[in-house]
This record gives sequence, C-alpha cells and structure tokens, in this order.
Amino acid sequence: MRPVIPYCVAAALFGLGVYGVLVRRNAVLMLMAVELMLNAVNLVLVTADATVRAALPATGQVFALFVIVLAAAEVGVGLAIVLQLYRARNSVVIDEVPLEPGPLDWELDEVEEEQDSVR
Amino acid sequence: MTGVDLVMLALGAVTVGAGALVVGTRHVVRAGLWLVVALGAVAGIYLALGAELVAWVQVLIYVGAVVVLLLFAVMLTRAPIGASDDLDRSRWAGALVGAGAGLGLGALFVDAYRWTTIPAGVPGGGADAIGAALFTDWVLPFEVVSVLLLAALVGAIVVSRPDVGAVPAPRKGE
Repeated sequence: MRPVIPYCVAAALFGLGVYGVLVRRNAVLMLMAVELMLNAVNLVLVTADATVRAALPATGQVFALFVIVLAAAEVGVGLAIVLQLYRARNSVVIDEVPLEPGPLDWELDEVEEEQDSVR
Repeated sequence: MTGVDLVMLALGAVTVGAGALVVGTRHVVRAGLWLVVALGAVAGIYLALGAELVAWVQVLIYVGAVVVLLLFAVMLTRAPIGASDDLDRSRWAGALVGAGAGLGLGALFVDAYRWTTIPAGVPGGGADAIGAALFTDWVLPFEVVSVLLLAALVGAIVVSRPDVGAVPAPRKGE
C-alpha cells in the first residue's frame, strides 16, 4: 500500500475546503466546506495510524472518532446560529449581514395576501 | 501498485471530484448531495485502509446525520431551488489560498513519503480493538467529549429558541 495516495487525497480535499470557506457566501454552503476540511483531517489521522507506529495502539483512529463527534457538535451549533440569523435578518448571506432586520416572514405573507386580493 | 492502491486511487478521484462539485456547484441542494458522495468515498478509503469502525461511524454520523441536518438547514433558510449565480464572491483569492494550502500540504506529504510502500491495512481497525483503546487509554477524553456534546445540544436548543430575537407579528385589526 502506498500511503502517499490517501495523504495527497486529504491534501486536495483540505485545499477544496479552504477554497469553499473563502468563496461561498451562503452560510450553509460554508459549513459544508468546513465539513470537507474536517474530513481531510480525519483522513490524515487514519492514514497516519496505518503508517506511523505510535506508543499506544489505534491512536489515530480514536482521534478521528473524536473529530467526528466534534464535527457533529459543531454543525449542530452552527446550524442553530444560521437559523437564528435567518430568523432575525431573513438572509444567510454572510458577507453582507444587514444591520436592520430584513422583511420578515409575516410581512412577506401580507404582501402575498395583498397581491392575491388584487388578483 | 497493488489492488488496494488502485481502489484508493479510484475512491480518491471520486472524493476530490465530488468535493470540487460541493464547493463549485451553483445549486445549493446539489452541493449537499455531492457532499454525500464525497463523504461516502472517504468512508470507502477508510475501509481500504482497514479502519472498519471509523468507516461505519463516518457513514452513520456524517452521511446519515450531518448531511441530513445540512439539508434541513437548506430547506429552513428557504434556499433557492434552481441554479443561482450569487452563491460565490470573487473566486481568485479563494482559489489562490485554497490551491496554496492543498499544494503545500501535498508537497509536504510527497516529500515525506515519496513512493514508499507499507504492508496494507491498519492492525486492529475493528470495533473490539478501537473500543479497547477508547475505554482504557482514552477514557478521560471520551468523557470530556460526552460533556461537550451535552453542552452543544443545550446550546443549540437555547440559540434556536424562537422567542430569542424574533419580532412578533402584529395582531390583525390593530
């Protein structure tokens, strides 16, 4: 087995994740790119467990499991924040968060009702 | 080049291609579905490396839970259904930093490992070996992680409560 193959896959995945975090404007898409970076780290940990002999057995895999748990916690809290941002500002565009609340759901509903009544 | 190498090359190509589509597609929902492909291919690489338990945990938690949560968020934030052109800001800076990070790390790994070969498979990637390691050597971090999960759960519930920061709708007739 050539360990350089999974290592290079992990490096490419991490680069893609960095690109996504920097480029994406939608907060949910940015969290997806963060998941790609975390998976690259996990891949490095598991591959290192196969290539490097550590003092304790299966250290890299145990660390990969910890990172998976942390990623689950991170995505839960992150999505709660994103939902709250959407509720307060009606937008999840993260490079131009409005200081004033955007049009709220009930306002949009009223506009739709007015349009319906006009029709 | 053995069979394991070929399998890992193929799965790595799938991973990188699907990852590029996750960060490059113009459909929000399709990004989540390509994320399933990328994470599933990473689970396949774990299996090829011999880390069975990590592979199945990856499938259960990432593909099963995290992606579903992300798709729920896509729906709850009323993301555009079709293709939309305003998902990205200017790409060149991000491409520069991303390519620098990826190529730099890749150069580091290639320089460290060259084309060396090792005997295939992690010794003891099954549930019994990982469980033994987890509950003997790593039991304290395991408990700390459980406390962190509880804190994240409570925090997510508190943050997403609808009565925090919401503007109430006026009653009809006022």
